[in-house]
Amino acid sequence: MLSDKDRIFTNLYGLHDWRLAGAQARGDWDGTAAILARGRDAIIEDVKASGLRGRGGAGFPTGMKWSFMPKQSDGRPSYLVVNADESEPGTCKDRDILRHDPHKLVEGCLIAGFAMGANTAFIYIRGEFYNEYLHLKAAIDEAYEAGLLGPDACGSGWAFDVRVHRGGGAYICGEESALLESIEGKKGMPRMKPPFPAAMGLYGCPTTVNNVESIAVTPTILRRGADWFSGLGRPKNTGTKIFCISGHVNRPCNVEEELGIPLRELIDKHAGGVRGGWDNLLAVIPGGSSVPMLPKSVCDTVLMDYDSLRDVRSGLGTAAVIVMDKSTDLIRAIARLSAFYKHESCGQCTPCREGTGWMMRMMNRLVEGRAEIAEIDLLEQVTRQVEGHTICALGDAAAWPIQGLMRHFRPLVEQRIRDYQARTAPRVAAE
Amino acid sequence: MSADAKHVDQPTEFMFDAVSEAAIPAIIATYPPGRQASAAMPLLDLAQRQMARLTGHAWVPRVAMDVIAARLGVAPIRIYEVATFYTMFHLAPVARHHLQVCTTTPCWLRGSDAVHQACKAAAQANPDLFSVEEMECLGACVNAPVLMINDDLYEDLDGARTEALLEAVKQGEAPPAGSRIGRRGSAPEGGPTSLFMLDAADGATS
Repeated sequence: MLSDKDRIFTNLYGLHDWRLAGAQARGDWDGTAAILARGRDAIIEDVKASGLRGRGGAGFPTGMKWSFMPKQSDGRPSYLVVNADESEPGTCKDRDILRHDPHKLVEGCLIAGFAMGANTAFIYIRGEFYNEYLHLKAAIDEAYEAGLLGPDACGSGWAFDVRVHRGGGAYICGEESALLESIEGKKGMPRMKPPFPAAMGLYGCPTTVNNVESIAVTPTILRRGADWFSGLGRPKNTGTKIFCISGHVNRPCNVEEELGIPLRELIDKHAGGVRGGWDNLLAVIPGGSSVPMLPKSVCDTVLMDYDSLRDVRSGLGTAAVIVMDKSTDLIRAIARLSAFYKHESCGQCTPCREGTGWMMRMMNRLVEGRAEIAEIDLLEQVTRQVEGHTICALGDAAAWPIQGLMRHFRPLVEQRIRDYQARTAPRVAAE
Repeated sequence: MSADAKHVDQPTEFMFDAVSEAAIPAIIATYPPGRQASAAMPLLDLAQRQMARLTGHAWVPRVAMDVIAARLGVAPIRIYEVATFYTMFHLAPVARHHLQVCTTTPCWLRGSDAVHQACKAAAQANPDLFSVEEMECLGACVNAPVLMINDDLYEDLDGARTEALLEAVKQGEAPPAGSRIGRRGSAPEGGPTSLFMLDAADGATS
């Protein structure tokens, strides 16, 4: 188990002062100017060496992403954009950073922005996080007043501004190019790539979009050293991560742990175990609603990191662990997710716009069992026609939960259909 | 789109009042010069909050969208499409206390059906006071099930706790947002399983 001295988010639960004085007492904004004085390249090299991978779901190496930004400006400004549009079902970690440790994010913005040659960061916070927005805004105002942001941020000579844009309740704006469209004052519809944001992002300028947690951990990594961070977790899956454990556990919670912790240990140690005991476990969605579920047999041994979960054909995603015990109607659980994706599809690409509605209606029929067995294959086929055929990954995200259900629990679905048929079949007169 | 705007009595006039006007320069200055179209969402939000403040109903009338378009120097359609795309902009009036119930899977697993029922019953009994909207994931899953009333999120609910909460709101109280069972943030019920090394006074690692 991760020891407290290696935890980054020491005010995860909001037990302490989230304002500047409290944050500084916890070590934030300590020697920031000296970190910047190491230079852009050295900071990027350190972040690369730490092995930090994006905490928003895709798991792309953060340092490498930063290195894609132009070294010399062609006259256009560069932007850092922080994705705080946390909306992935099961996920509520960025909320804790925004309301309880906002200075870690603000300091991270300055360091990351400096490293990529940006003088401005935009933080895109989901609209429903109104009280969290107030904390973030207050933290930014405090940072300006203390000279930590502004024309000479932290006395480093680097000018840096942090701006906040509130979302309007659209999950799709968590997709980076839809998020940029939204800041520009448009509907949140993803853009075709290329061009990638590093070449042409916000307002047509070079832009890097990072998750809140990825940015908020960088000041600590740079203070404590890349070796410290890469010494935690497993090779290529280094460092700590905030896990959100929800659903059928005795004590749902957020907790910061080492990557690579066994799923069972995570649930037992921090969430009070599965309701009714481990043997009452039916399935777990290990990384937010978009990743395929895992049956108990896999949960028994699987480790919680990017590569271990990919090896069992799921994913770490946002590390939002949704636990379902044996009382769960798994078909209904997935049908609700299908309704979510149908609601959140932006409607731009036909396979997703039509497919998400089709999959939701099909799933709703399967909840009742009102279907033919052959339609399970048809549904699977449709998920394959949506997956990979859309501009952004929302189509994939809508397809995967259904594929996960069919991969591991197809007999359950078939039984539901047979039960329905038995219930509704015309009675045959007894001989 | 949050509601069917076709059958709503649309006012013929809208003006930002002094409170809103005072906020507008800072909103527009958030974005680079010439990029004032970015302010479409914050101005729609501002208009909606003004309607709530002045009429008790948070929504954005069509004429307010036209005012925003003129203010930002963009075609009205640019504002209409933003207002209709994002679900937080109400195109028809909602009640003074807009109950937004999360029913997505993590909340559903913890009993959001009962919360939803309680909200629907309250809105049926007091349609002037409460309106209900079923929400997609509100991002507080470890405190499920949750209910958002206007800007505040209430957590760790069940049917009875929701009824008690709504009764308090009905009596004119403003219950503090957060857990209804006394949990601290997202910490496990009964207390954290980590972060023991912190000095409670200043939160510094000891």
